[in-house]
Amino acid sequence: MKKFLAQSYIWIVLILLYSPLIFIAVFSFTESRVLGNWTGFSLKLYENLFSGGMNGSSSLMSAVKNTFIIAVIAASLSTILGTIAAIGIFNLRGRRKQTMQFLNNIPMLNPDVITGVSLFLLFVFLGFSQGYVTVILAHISFCTPYVVLSVLPRLTQLNPNTYEAALDLGATPSQALFKVLIPQLRPGMISGFFLAFTMSLDDFAVTFFTRGTIGLDTLSTYIYTDARKGGLTPELRPLMTLIFLIILVLLIILNVHQARQIKKQKKNEKISKYSAGSGFSHRLSRRS
Amino acid sequence: MIKRSNWSIPYFIFLILFVVMPLVLVAVFAFQDGSGRFTLANITRFFTDKDALATFALSIEIAIENTALCILIGYPVAWILSNKKYNHSTVTIILFILPMWINALMRTLATAELFNMLDFNLGKGTLLYGMVYDYLPFMIYPIYNILNKMDKSYAEAAEDLGANPWQVFWKVTFPLSIPGVASGILMVFMPTVSTFAISEFLTNGKIKLFGTIIQENINSSMWNYGAALSLVMLIIIGITTLFSHKEEENMEEGLI
Amino acid sequence: MANQDVIIDIRHLSKSYGDKKVLDDINFQIRKGEFITLLGPSGCGKTTTLRIIAGFVEASDGEVLLEGSDISGIPPYKRPFNTVFQRYALFPHLDVYDNVAFGLKLRNLPEERIDQLVRRALKLVSMSDYESRDVDSLSGGQQQRVAIARALVNKPQVLLLDEPLAALDLKMRKDMQMELKEMHEKIGITFIYVTHDQEEALTLSDTIVVMNEGRIQQIGTPTEIYNEPQNEFVADFIGESNILNGTMVCDRKVNFIEHEFECVDEGFGENTPVDVVIRPEDIYIMSKLEGAQFTATVKSCTFKGVHYQMFVDTDKGYELMVQDYNAFEVGSTVGLFIKPFDIQVMRKPRTCNSFEGEIIDSTHVWILGESFECRETSLEPGTKVKVDVEFDKIDLQDHQEEGTVDGEVHFILYKGNHYHLTILTAHGDHIYVDTQDIWDKGDLVGINIAPEDLIITECND
Repeated sequence: MKKFLAQSYIWIVLILLYSPLIFIAVFSFTESRVLGNWTGFSLKLYENLFSGGMNGSSSLMSAVKNTFIIAVIAASLSTILGTIAAIGIFNLRGRRKQTMQFLNNIPMLNPDVITGVSLFLLFVFLGFSQGYVTVILAHISFCTPYVVLSVLPRLTQLNPNTYEAALDLGATPSQALFKVLIPQLRPGMISGFFLAFTMSLDDFAVTFFTRGTIGLDTLSTYIYTDARKGGLTPELRPLMTLIFLIILVLLIILNVHQARQIKKQKKNEKISKYSAGSGFSHRLSRRS
Repeated sequence: MIKRSNWSIPYFIFLILFVVMPLVLVAVFAFQDGSGRFTLANITRFFTDKDALATFALSIEIAIENTALCILIGYPVAWILSNKKYNHSTVTIILFILPMWINALMRTLATAELFNMLDFNLGKGTLLYGMVYDYLPFMIYPIYNILNKMDKSYAEAAEDLGANPWQVFWKVTFPLSIPGVASGILMVFMPTVSTFAISEFLTNGKIKLFGTIIQENINSSMWNYGAALSLVMLIIIGITTLFSHKEEENMEEGLI
Repeated sequence: MANQDVIIDIRHLSKSYGDKKVLDDINFQIRKGEFITLLGPSGCGKTTTLRIIAGFVEASDGEVLLEGSDISGIPPYKRPFNTVFQRYALFPHLDVYDNVAFGLKLRNLPEERIDQLVRRALKLVSMSDYESRDVDSLSGGQQQRVAIARALVNKPQVLLLDEPLAALDLKMRKDMQMELKEMHEKIGITFIYVTHDQEEALTLSDTIVVMNEGRIQQIGTPTEIYNEPQNEFVADFIGESNILNGTMVCDRKVNFIEHEFECVDEGFGENTPVDVVIRPEDIYIMSKLEGAQFTATVKSCTFKGVHYQMFVDTDKGYELMVQDYNAFEVGSTVGLFIKPFDIQVMRKPRTCNSFEGEIIDSTHVWILGESFECRETSLEPGTKVKVDVEFDKIDLQDHQEEGTVDGEVHFILYKGNHYHLTILTAHGDHIYVDTQDIWDKGDLVGINIAPEDLIITECND
């Protein structure tokens, strides 16, 4: 009974969470330009989305393209900057370390609007013409802290002697960096990259304030302008449905992969525990 | 050997340039008039502008209500999800965090469209619904995390000492999960105060929140007043952060 | 044992998680005021047993009787037991005083009474000065004391202790052992103690229950367990020991390491294979060779604080561990002597591997969940058969892929001149192997058996 109540609660909340998404997904399979008006099953909207045929959808596709280009560039640059910064911060001590960590926290705590407005004022103040470059710079500024926070724990887990061991074995500092340090930091860098990537994809407010007036649109700003004009472009429906499915699949793959990793780890731990606990090690060690 | 601590210098310069400077500029602009002279007019204008004050109060009110609703709805969800008796599948957990990855504007618009179709009157009710809908996952996730990681032996110890399940929850589980609630509040309250666009969509422009006013002022080139409003918000954010951060730290120390 | 003395009676307790059986028909009784220890390696089921008694885990089968009545359905918070948890589980959001007062406050006792009881409990564990301290500011040993006070203040009929000293360092552990023993004598309630540390169990307990793989191996007083182990597991797990293959020649006469010894055991029959256990301190070692039962060469000698531990090679090539207060020079020849009552003889649980199987065709037999090649047989396909394999006829491979069946080294015994391994196969069968090769516990192995080594007999039923 308790279990039934608990599960129904979960499902009710889930249904409420998903009903708008499902609603949009259902109406992506009909041609009607008005939401909620079912005019029979059709894949026309999907066709339009990809062929760029209907009015508006070509600018929609270019907005999607912009979103991805900005996200890839911003996430890549953030990963490089953030990794170097993390190595630096890890090696800092005392007050300076605290200052860096505090500064690193600001962009994460800052609401989007403030980040957007403040950067807008900066670009105005410096007389930068706003467009692609300013948007990417802005995105780097709020993405890098997440990379730093993903890489730092890796550094703490790292055996500090591995880098020195590489030098000892004849590697130059840069070889030691690329062949020893970076490979060990890679998992943190990858998760940092993806965090940055999704943060950038998701952003609306910062882009809105830093994109200038050259008509640069990302998906978010496109939707915003579109909705202000009244009503969604129908082609957004299939787009949203597709994004939803892609994310669902990615998340499931990621989780299955993680679960496997954990299982593998547990198995390894078990084995090492057993061999460490062997009651006859005293005899074995003496014999070998 | 090159000093590795120096590697933080490029990022330090970047932070100064693109994080500290802009915030300083917000303050500078807030105390300037259109021609760059020092003035307190922008600040006094806010405190004498009834509309702006009302919007400000409403924003705070909506943010508090939204946060409270998210805790009320989200805590039980997190608790059930973390309880092995009621949930074994990671898929349900994925389903709850998945919306966090979908563009918030898109989700908001979908909700607004659904209300439109159902002929709901767009207003404060729908605004709150949409806000809760948007931010619920951000509340569930940190609470779920802390409940899931919590050492089960605390609950067992309480039960062993004579606490019934209800007492176990209120005397042990809940107090120990407060850091999760605190970071949930941080992730819900602050974005709600500062949100713009969302409120317009969900109320058809009927209700404006503080974020919207800032945006409108900036967009209509009233930079100085916009900056002053941003400064007010910055101060609010600073205070809440300090507050919940302290709470979190206190509890985290206690958990180790 | 008078029956009204029994406080807890555990009957036919079993517990499975899915296919995995973690407890298999556990039976024992606990007397009032007793200090009883559940002892065994990790994963032996001792903690599960304790958790079933506490009420955190439900048994799959069997019952726990408290003074004659079944308590299976009663939730932990209604049981008159209290637990000291492995990592203490002190509530981090409460200070020392409130941790100890937790149970009393739930019972709605008056303030003054609570105050009085908490102070008394803290005094008992000598933590009176720490009342308002944060539990995280305490050392491991102090947390341990608070955890004990928190449990005892509720005046439980039985105190359950789940490896309470495991997280402490050696010195601290020794001190706490003495304190626990004193506390037990002072309060007089029943203690059920779980540990994997045999020395701790021997020091503290009135009764020890030795467990392995979900089964009870032996129940007895510390002296009984140490001096008269009932099987090779107990002999190996408790203290140091030499475990050797032997033959009971006749009553009071046993042959091992290719010498004949007088012993005190009777009733094994004539020429019966047996296991022989000799504690290293029970082997007398001397430099003169006359009067010795056999001779040996000292291979190594290590000082262990009180005594010297030596490994010697006997004249017939067996290795023995010997402990003595005197050191003997490495390489020297020594005389050795074992007294009859120091020789512990145990019946062998088995003398070869015995598997149930089925004939597949004239050259293949199905055992251990796989098809094995065997010598040509005239038995019909589908015939149920018993397949015997000698311990030393099993071939272990380093890589699992190279074997017909794969398994994991589960238990290792050194028997003087070879190792006796227990292999757990992927399908959950046990295979026993005699080998000269060195393996480690947990090693993953491939298992092969040569066709001519499978001895097939038809099952009659």
